[in-house]
Amino acid sequence: MAKSNFTRRGVLKTGAVAGAGVALPTIFTASSASAYVNEPTGSSVTLGFNVPQTGPYADEGADELRAYMLAVEHLNGEGDGGMLNTFSSKALKGNGILGKKVEYVTGDTQTKPDAARASARSMIEKDGAVMITGGSSSGVAVAVQALCQEAGVIFMAGLTHSNDTTGKDKKANGFRHFFNSYMTGAALAPILANEYGTDRKAYHLTADYNWGYTTEEAVRTSTEAMGWETVAAVKTPLAQTDFSSYVAPVLSSGADVLVLNHYGGNMVNSLTSAVQFGLRASEANGKQFQIVVPLYSRLMAQGAGKNVAGIYGTTGWHWSLENRFGERYTGSNAFVQSFGQKYGFPPSQAAHTVYCQTLLYADACERAGTFNPCGVVEALEDFEFDGLGSGPTLYRGSDHQCFKDALVVKGKENPDSEFDLLEIVDVTPREALVYDPAIFGGELGSCNPGA
Amino acid sequence: MDQIVLQILNGLDKGSAYALIALGLTLIFGTLGVVNFAHGALFMLGAFCAVTLSRILSLSHTILDETKKDFLGNPLKVEVPYVKDWFGEAAGAAIIDWSVPLALLFTVPVMIGIGVIMERGLIKHFYKRPHADQILVTFGLAIVLQEIVKYYFGANQIPMNAPQAFFGSFDFGAMIGMDPGAVIYPYWRIIYFCFAAVLIAGVFAFLQFTTFGMVVRAGMADRETVGLLGINIDRRFTIMFGIAAAVAGLAGVMYTPINPPNYHMGMDFLVISFVVVVVGGMGSLPGAILAGLLLGVLESFASMRQVLEIMPGINQVVIYLAAIIILLTRPRGLMGRKGVMED
Repeated sequence: MAKSNFTRRGVLKTGAVAGAGVALPTIFTASSASAYVNEPTGSSVTLGFNVPQTGPYADEGADELRAYMLAVEHLNGEGDGGMLNTFSSKALKGNGILGKKVEYVTGDTQTKPDAARASARSMIEKDGAVMITGGSSSGVAVAVQALCQEAGVIFMAGLTHSNDTTGKDKKANGFRHFFNSYMTGAALAPILANEYGTDRKAYHLTADYNWGYTTEEAVRTSTEAMGWETVAAVKTPLAQTDFSSYVAPVLSSGADVLVLNHYGGNMVNSLTSAVQFGLRASEANGKQFQIVVPLYSRLMAQGAGKNVAGIYGTTGWHWSLENRFGERYTGSNAFVQSFGQKYGFPPSQAAHTVYCQTLLYADACERAGTFNPCGVVEALEDFEFDGLGSGPTLYRGSDHQCFKDALVVKGKENPDSEFDLLEIVDVTPREALVYDPAIFGGELGSCNPGA
Repeated sequence: MDQIVLQILNGLDKGSAYALIALGLTLIFGTLGVVNFAHGALFMLGAFCAVTLSRILSLSHTILDETKKDFLGNPLKVEVPYVKDWFGEAAGAAIIDWSVPLALLFTVPVMIGIGVIMERGLIKHFYKRPHADQILVTFGLAIVLQEIVKYYFGANQIPMNAPQAFFGSFDFGAMIGMDPGAVIYPYWRIIYFCFAAVLIAGVFAFLQFTTFGMVVRAGMADRETVGLLGINIDRRFTIMFGIAAAVAGLAGVMYTPINPPNYHMGMDFLVISFVVVVVGGMGSLPGAILAGLLLGVLESFASMRQVLEIMPGINQVVIYLAAIIILLTRPRGLMGRKGVMED
């Protein structure tokens, strides 16, 4: 009879070790099996699309999701290829990423940092997502970016405009394609000075949170450098819905310009109040009173309706860009055609930025020859590209911020449709938007592969 | 001086919205004894009645405009509302322009219907349950209602305009003998305040001067005795629920040109309305009105730049601070009655 090697003690020890291993979340165990977290081993690779599917930015999240699905379709060689055909890098072949079919999972950020982190964590731990992307708020972007850094996956930010995302809160594993508050100020101020003169007195209403502060600071700095004076800057609660008590005193404050550092519902409501109070029809200091909205989105413009007419702001991208400014913006029309044919309406700036982020990530993997976050980071840092609809673009290595042209837009007086509410007034070349990354502080740190 | 007049005006106008919602809320509490957390949702449904009517009136057929291109480069599809075909360009445009006031007529029967269905279908089963159960079920109902609205209308705000005749603002200061241009105020906000005053007066008159109202008031004071007199007080209370729903709905309709509605607007008003009801005194109709206006004015003054420079952040807490002070000094609220919500 053969002697068994099993002992009671041995079985208990093995069981305890195996039990602990099974109990540990996969996020912490990658090092034992793979070179990095969620290394794809099968024939497919999973991306995590973390967008607001409920809450006030659900429509924006829905548009992001449409663009993500389109990008996946194009990466897998389906559809018309969209901007894959115009992208300056030719690493992507329409056969997935590194030969693996692209699959995706989605999460709901609810536009709440804690919910966004929970859904990102779930996608990383349970679904094996190798990259997380999306979001419609800077608070969410900063929170999810930090989580991805800890977990060792790449974060490709969606719609986030605060300087902090690639400033004081920047992380090596995080990348932002969208422009930021600083760029808004730099792009907008010369146009405002040109349109309204350099002798203006501005009154700022600012949403009382991170994005509001950075936007106010950027617009104030840029406009004051042009000669404007800031009469007052009032913080408004984020949960405020009726802005009448903030708008009512503006006309008698000595200001002749109202700057609304608000986004989403805040902007729709504050602009509506400002127009109702007759600000745009009034004169102050012998000049026509003006309103400025630093950051526009199409969905916001739709919410505010005809109140946006004639009001200046900035936007990251607009579907009419290539038609209006020519082939410097190659890729725009390809994306609009692709998106428009599939969904029946033009894409928003949120859709554009997340589509680009997905392609840029996939392309970086192809060029690096790996999904390893450190390889991807290396491939994206200081990457110069073109053909993604925003002109020649640089992914700056020192802060992982994209530098591309920014658009100054104005609300249309007589829009042809609900998608045609903004017209591009001017495009500010990226050279005018460059800044020293040190001014916002923060440390990029080193990439974390999670291993 | 002009700043003070402006903020009083603004506070009264803002407070009138609080008062209207709180009025319905306290009416339901006073009659049925139910703490209705779905009342904000009724305000929101009223606003979406206006959106629905506006969309019905704007139902269109498309014609191709070969001179213009859409985003895909195809001839632009121009929408032509049927009302313009039927009534002519000017009359059709006027009908669409007046969609918000017209929605008042549309909203009353719809909201009474919704209120009655809500009360008979769900809330009546919770009369004898603790207030915590009532809060949970009505809060759940509010979430369901707002998700239904979001499903059909989306999460984005929907712009609604006051009729062109009332668009913009006027010199209120000059009307009351102040310097021209000192107090400029929007027409529609003044109309909202007047509308709220008329509606509140109407509800009070209905309760005070009609037999129906007298029975309801008697039922509020002593439900059992009224029932023993052979009066079907439950039926009357159900109608009162419908009326409270209609009041909230009408407040919502008139609010749409002030702030573009979205599915969440009811929740935005819910908490503040409860504070108003509690500060006014649970079940007290005049208390709700007084507290609504008082808190509206306080909120307006707290939002002034000069006040914020002395006390940063006071605008975010002033209502709750006032509520604490009032409840500490008058535990039953400004006009609360003894025995209401007291064991």
